Amino acid sequence: MEMNQQKPIIEVKGLTFEYRSHDEADLIALKEVTLNVSKGEHLVVIGHNGSGKSTLAKHLNALLLPTAGTVLVAGMDTKKQELLWEIRQTAGMVFQNPDNQIVATIVEEDVAFGPENLGIDPAEIGIRVTNALHRVDMSDYRHKAPHLLSGGQKQRIAIAGVIAMKPACIIFDEPTAMLDPSGRREVVNAIRNLNREEGITVIHITHFMEEAVEAHRVVVMEDGQLVMQGTPREVFARVDELKALGLDVPQMTDLAAELRSEGIDLPEDVLTVEEMVNHLCQLKSKN
Amino acid sequence: MSIKIQELTHTYNPGSPFETHALKNINLTIEPGEFIGLIGHTGSGKSTLIQHLNGLLKPTSGSIWIDGTDITKPGIKLKDIRKKVGLVFQYPEYQLFEETVAKDIAFGPANLNLDEQEIQKRVKEAMEMVKLPYEGLKDRSPFDLSGGQRRRVAIAGVLAMKPDILILDEPTASLDPRGRDEILDQIKTLHRQQQLTVILVSHSMEDIGRLVDRIIVMHQGTVALTGSPRTIFQQAEMLEEIGLGVPQITHLMKSMNQRGCALPEDVFTVEEAKEVILSYLRGSQHA
Repeated sequence: MEMNQQKPIIEVKGLTFEYRSHDEADLIALKEVTLNVSKGEHLVVIGHNGSGKSTLAKHLNALLLPTAGTVLVAGMDTKKQELLWEIRQTAGMVFQNPDNQIVATIVEEDVAFGPENLGIDPAEIGIRVTNALHRVDMSDYRHKAPHLLSGGQKQRIAIAGVIAMKPACIIFDEPTAMLDPSGRREVVNAIRNLNREEGITVIHITHFMEEAVEAHRVVVMEDGQLVMQGTPREVFARVDELKALGLDVPQMTDLAAELRSEGIDLPEDVLTVEEMVNHLCQLKSKN
Repeated sequence: MSIKIQELTHTYNPGSPFETHALKNINLTIEPGEFIGLIGHTGSGKSTLIQHLNGLLKPTSGSIWIDGTDITKPGIKLKDIRKKVGLVFQYPEYQLFEETVAKDIAFGPANLNLDEQEIQKRVKEAMEMVKLPYEGLKDRSPFDLSGGQRRRVAIAGVLAMKPDILILDEPTASLDPRGRDEILDQIKTLHRQQQLTVILVSHSMEDIGRLVDRIIVMHQGTVALTGSPRTIFQQAEMLEEIGLGVPQITHLMKSMNQRGCALPEDVFTVEEAKEVILSYLRGSQHA
């Protein structure tokens, strides 16, 4: 992993956020959260519904502003109104429902929508659209109508629209929740390529633990706070604690824990089918 | 209550340039009390099919028999169909609209000309079925509840109609692992205790493998395969070709067998895999 250690792209310091409710006490959605994200990092955020994940994500491109504490995006304070467009250009966001994010009737126009609003030269926009579609493997659909595409294809168009803004960082808020298995694979591969090949910093919120396996770092949220963080191996090895939080671990990690409890000599940090196959074959050959 | 579908064809926008053959000559019989898993990638025709089963869509041709009545005939009252067939849409919580939880759940039964006492009895029972505390929540606004609770309110609204056939279109999409397991376990319990016929649409092969008696695989508007999870998940290549997959655990078993093991491949859950692997490893110790 190549990450610039000097200056984090996202700096969250003592972030507290209260939702105002009309009849009951204000709900504290985030409590003094502190988190730095390095340039080039692939960070996955997990936690159950209502733990504060999406509220945190919405602070990272100034869709929400802190009640207390600060959020800096590439050094820019999200509270500074005059920096809003620069912040949103630096940190793009992809949401759960692709249908709510597509605005145009032709794919290329949809991808061009963001850069057009930035007042970019049309020739440059054309180049950006070509590049963005290429990066999500959707070049063949440039002149198609978005509503005729599959969920995974629509979501990749939404991602291309964000890429065309040339962000340094993209926040994905459950981008695969509504997709079928092949759509999910397409989007997960697109996210990985953006991080590994284009160096874009990725912050990915998900309920699918298998999607967290390839991240550099996993953070776990509970009740508005960060309660665990580490590499996927470190975090998912804590099977019992995660289950107590109502979360899952990847099924292979779960299976390894079950087998270990029966005295089988497996490591705690098995994450993928391939790793499990290798460990089991080694055990068998030792016998 | 049985469902019989004969030569069902549905064409959207017939005769126009947007003509789409969503269902082509479907023949299916679903027996009373069956738990069916309906799978297929986005656009395969799943949603079009289930919308025919409670009369939301009319066939272009063909017929549908619910409990011996052809519901496609002229003069059939939709109200009578919907008393028998309850349909829970995707993201049903977006359809909540009443001031209180109890009023929202009562909306369906209130339209059946039942007396107030019977309506309240049904509301209470439906809330108990989905594990929502009646006293604590009946007077709350559905909009103050968490996402998982709102979804249960929506499901309770369908259950309060006392359907014999319950159809759920991805009832756990975007719920966290605990919320997902709770809702699926409740559906399983309802199926067992009340002999409901259940049709579950899901993209999670793990959930399908764990829960259902029989799988129906849709592809390009036709029924591509139908059979028990054991027989369907043996067709891994075919499922992957049409954008689906097999449960991770099944994938593990197949990968082990490619490395020369002889494990059963009709295993879908962590618990089953644990037993299979233990006997595989221990078997060799005694050999």
